[in-house]
Amino acid sequence: MHGRPRNASKPEEEAASAAKAVQLRSLQSQFMTNHHDKIYTNEAIELSTKLLEINPEAYTAWNYRKLAVEDRLARIEPDPNLVSAILDEELRVVESALRQNFKSYGAWHHRKWVLSKGHSSVGNELRLLEKFQKLDSRNFHAWNYRRFVVELTNRSEQDELQYTDDMINNNFSNYSAWHNRSVLLSSLLAQNADGFMPNIKIPEEYDFVHSAIFTEPDDQSGWFYHLWLLDQTLNVETPLLTSSWPSHGSSIILSGAGCLSGSSSMFTTFCSESGSFPLILYFDQAVGGVSSSTVTIDSELKGNEGLVWEPIPNKNSQVSCVWVARLKYVSSDPCEYKVKIRVGNSPGIVSSRGYNFNAPYEFVFTAHVHDTVEDSQEGIVSWTDGFDIWDAKSKDLNSLVTLDRLNAEMDFKWRQEAIDSEVECFGILPDSKIGKLTLARLLMAREAMVSDDAVKGVHYEEILQLYNDLMALDSSHYQYYKDEHSKAFLHKVTSSSESLSRHLLRYRDMNNLVCLRLNNLSLSRIASVEKLLFVQMLDLSHNELHSTEGLEAMQLLSCLNLSHNRIRSFSALDSLRHVKQLKVLDVSHNHIGKHSVDTTRYLCSSPLSNSELGQDDVGKQNPGLVTKYWDAYCVLRDLNLKQLDIAGNEIAGEEFSSFVLQVVPKLVWLDGQKKLGN
Amino acid sequence: MADKLVADKHVRYILMAEKKKESFESVVMDHLRMNGAYWGLTTLDLLDKLGSVSEDEVVSWVMTCQHESGGFAGNTGHDPHVIYTLSAVQILALFDKLSILDVQKVSSYIAGLQNEDGSFSGDMWGEVDTRFSYIAICCLSILKCLDKINVKKAVDYIVSCKILDGGFGCTPGAESHAGQIFCCVGALAITGNLHHVDKDLLGWWLCERQDYESGGLNGRPEKLPDVCYSWWVLSSLIMIDRVHWIEKGKLVKFILDCQDMDNGGISDNPKDAVDIFHTYFGVAGLSLLEYPGVKPIDPAYALPVHVINRILFTK
Repeated sequence: MHGRPRNASKPEEEAASAAKAVQLRSLQSQFMTNHHDKIYTNEAIELSTKLLEINPEAYTAWNYRKLAVEDRLARIEPDPNLVSAILDEELRVVESALRQNFKSYGAWHHRKWVLSKGHSSVGNELRLLEKFQKLDSRNFHAWNYRRFVVELTNRSEQDELQYTDDMINNNFSNYSAWHNRSVLLSSLLAQNADGFMPNIKIPEEYDFVHSAIFTEPDDQSGWFYHLWLLDQTLNVETPLLTSSWPSHGSSIILSGAGCLSGSSSMFTTFCSESGSFPLILYFDQAVGGVSSSTVTIDSELKGNEGLVWEPIPNKNSQVSCVWVARLKYVSSDPCEYKVKIRVGNSPGIVSSRGYNFNAPYEFVFTAHVHDTVEDSQEGIVSWTDGFDIWDAKSKDLNSLVTLDRLNAEMDFKWRQEAIDSEVECFGILPDSKIGKLTLARLLMAREAMVSDDAVKGVHYEEILQLYNDLMALDSSHYQYYKDEHSKAFLHKVTSSSESLSRHLLRYRDMNNLVCLRLNNLSLSRIASVEKLLFVQMLDLSHNELHSTEGLEAMQLLSCLNLSHNRIRSFSALDSLRHVKQLKVLDVSHNHIGKHSVDTTRYLCSSPLSNSELGQDDVGKQNPGLVTKYWDAYCVLRDLNLKQLDIAGNEIAGEEFSSFVLQVVPKLVWLDGQKKLGN
Repeated sequence: MADKLVADKHVRYILMAEKKKESFESVVMDHLRMNGAYWGLTTLDLLDKLGSVSEDEVVSWVMTCQHESGGFAGNTGHDPHVIYTLSAVQILALFDKLSILDVQKVSSYIAGLQNEDGSFSGDMWGEVDTRFSYIAICCLSILKCLDKINVKKAVDYIVSCKILDGGFGCTPGAESHAGQIFCCVGALAITGNLHHVDKDLLGWWLCERQDYESGGLNGRPEKLPDVCYSWWVLSSLIMIDRVHWIEKGKLVKFILDCQDMDNGGISDNPKDAVDIFHTYFGVAGLSLLEYPGVKPIDPAYALPVHVINRILFTK
């Protein structure tokens, strides 16, 4: 009980309490009678006043009062003075209830209800708010009520902004004031109101918030405001295309399922049983409206009119950063085709915040269609043998050239200056957690804004060191800094062709598949996927990953090694359902089945669809197992795996293995053993 | 300093509180007895002691609180409100007695409270708050009638309450508060819309609720840690898969320290008096932290996982 000390109560106290209880009980039952019999006499109303004075949380009493007011208003002459008197009384009762408990939802709502009858003055309400905000400047009921009054009376946003100025200058440790400030400023900036240009206002706000952060580094009031300012500085509203596969100027080899003789080590070879390859568009923010009219494809590959574009992974919402279409090709018709893609050919691509993709972007790649020579082999895929060193002359790393995102942005200069100025300020802040964290974020921001290849990647050493420092300094949040460290590490690896190629290999046995080795790197998080769309084989073994969030964009992935990580469930692998190319999956030696709490259940599609489980053959034959292993069932039935490793997990065993074989009938290799009947 | 959960004492505390209807504390909270019952009974189920109460007595009392409009009141004679309607449905779900409900009636009451903009009022008097959006969605989902409301509009309204720090408030523009965040994230989770949440941004805001010294969680910046946030912050972190960003061991310790080791019950902090509300949130928090001897609880529905699976996996 908030504010009530834990003491054994003495007999006198208990007696007094019992007496109070009896009195309250009697008051309540009398009130109930009045309420049910709809008695609205002065006496009855007075009773409810007494009740609410003792117990402002008795919500039925507030309802009763509203009915009483309506009853009285209906009976009197429409004389403004009489109406005033009645409503004034309500306001008085609310005020007295609030004194008892200024967090009472019922009391605040009753006041709003009275006000909506067109009563009271702005002056009165603001005076009341002044009183309560003095008592507790963080009372969110008061702040909400303030917003309500402001809207009702059309007080200007500039005036309200000044109010937050005053509150903050009085005491910077007021998160509620900073919050309000961000809401008001957001609105004023979006409207391009007089005197609210971002290139001037944002730097001013940085100065303003410094007082909060530098005076008391452990006080969180200014932290989130500063982060918001950083977001305003960094993020361009108009959506941009970050990367694509195939990328501009690249060449790819397309074939049917099977082996090619003398496959290339210079270009990516894509083999498909279905005779189609994915065209991937990766935007910098979630967009909708990607379709065959907004994205045009110009090529001689037949059968690709009216292409369907799908957002990955959210079928639910029709907006996503990642969009995929599948272009058809006929492998028995070998030829070389130039393919030209024009993104934003016509308007229609819109970000989830409502901004249009307005700079059409065109890219061209060449597709060499080859015929297959032999049937595909069903040999087991190894993660250690059969690899060739990456050819430095390989053309695949063109995809690293991320499109110059800030080209379109004209006020690039103030953004860069703001970041530089902040870096300088935070660079001299003594060793505080928020100092180091903000500096790391600022340096990441700077890296994101760098377009000059010569200078790219220069900050990462410092960023990684800062996160290492933070892991030691603030050990409660160790895992947060670990995740940020992993992200920065992957950004570093993918920041240049040179650093990335140190982790690349080719897998001979499968048409020189592009393999990326990122094992044994203590990675707890996946990042930079937009730069890795060309990867076909990914080794993430011996890391600290607990989810495959982010991998859904890697549409070319056919082999994935996640052994020796911290995957707790198949629901954590849900994003793999969208990687339709996946044939080989190793999740051995993880924690699947070990935990009772599922932290990724709701990141899959709505669990309400769980009741549709078990409507297919497997479900009908094994309803119990489908319920028990519902998440494994959902992931595995959507894939066409040939090879799966699950040993070394708590879930592994006879029952699960036989269940897997029913759900994935075409599986050839399970835990290194060739399955009969395949 | 406590080093274990005195489950038996908490069970006894709850059973006694249920009987002590005439103390001042009890009378003052008469109007929310339905919530109290839900907190107490769920805690008993988590500690595998639901059998200690008379199912028939509880269920018949719950039904006396149903109004002719279909909604449930906080106690017999009081007015209906969605808050108590959800608790009533949750209590029936615990006992696997949802079948006694006239589902049509209850769901119509709730669906009727959806406004034009997708938001929900708590009752006929029109208070709007994202808490009610969560309540409506959670309740209708348990009753399998989500199609009775405009889910898209409901989701759009919730998303409009998302703020610049990644959190959610009670109405558009309102400050982030862990309780509201739980409601909004829970509603989005149940309807399969968590892609609207910036998980990294919100995750950081949430993990910074942990107090370095005590290990407890507060509800918003610069406030004191309180056991009830062990539920609201923790369940939110779990739903967005960022719970590894707090130090779980320290939080377990904080919750255990808030127990009354002699009389049972858990309080908001080690010095204050215990109550049912915090006893529930403490035990639910321990469940999410996988404390041994406590059954797993679902972070979105706030009901034991076995109860939710029973509902979700049947047509």
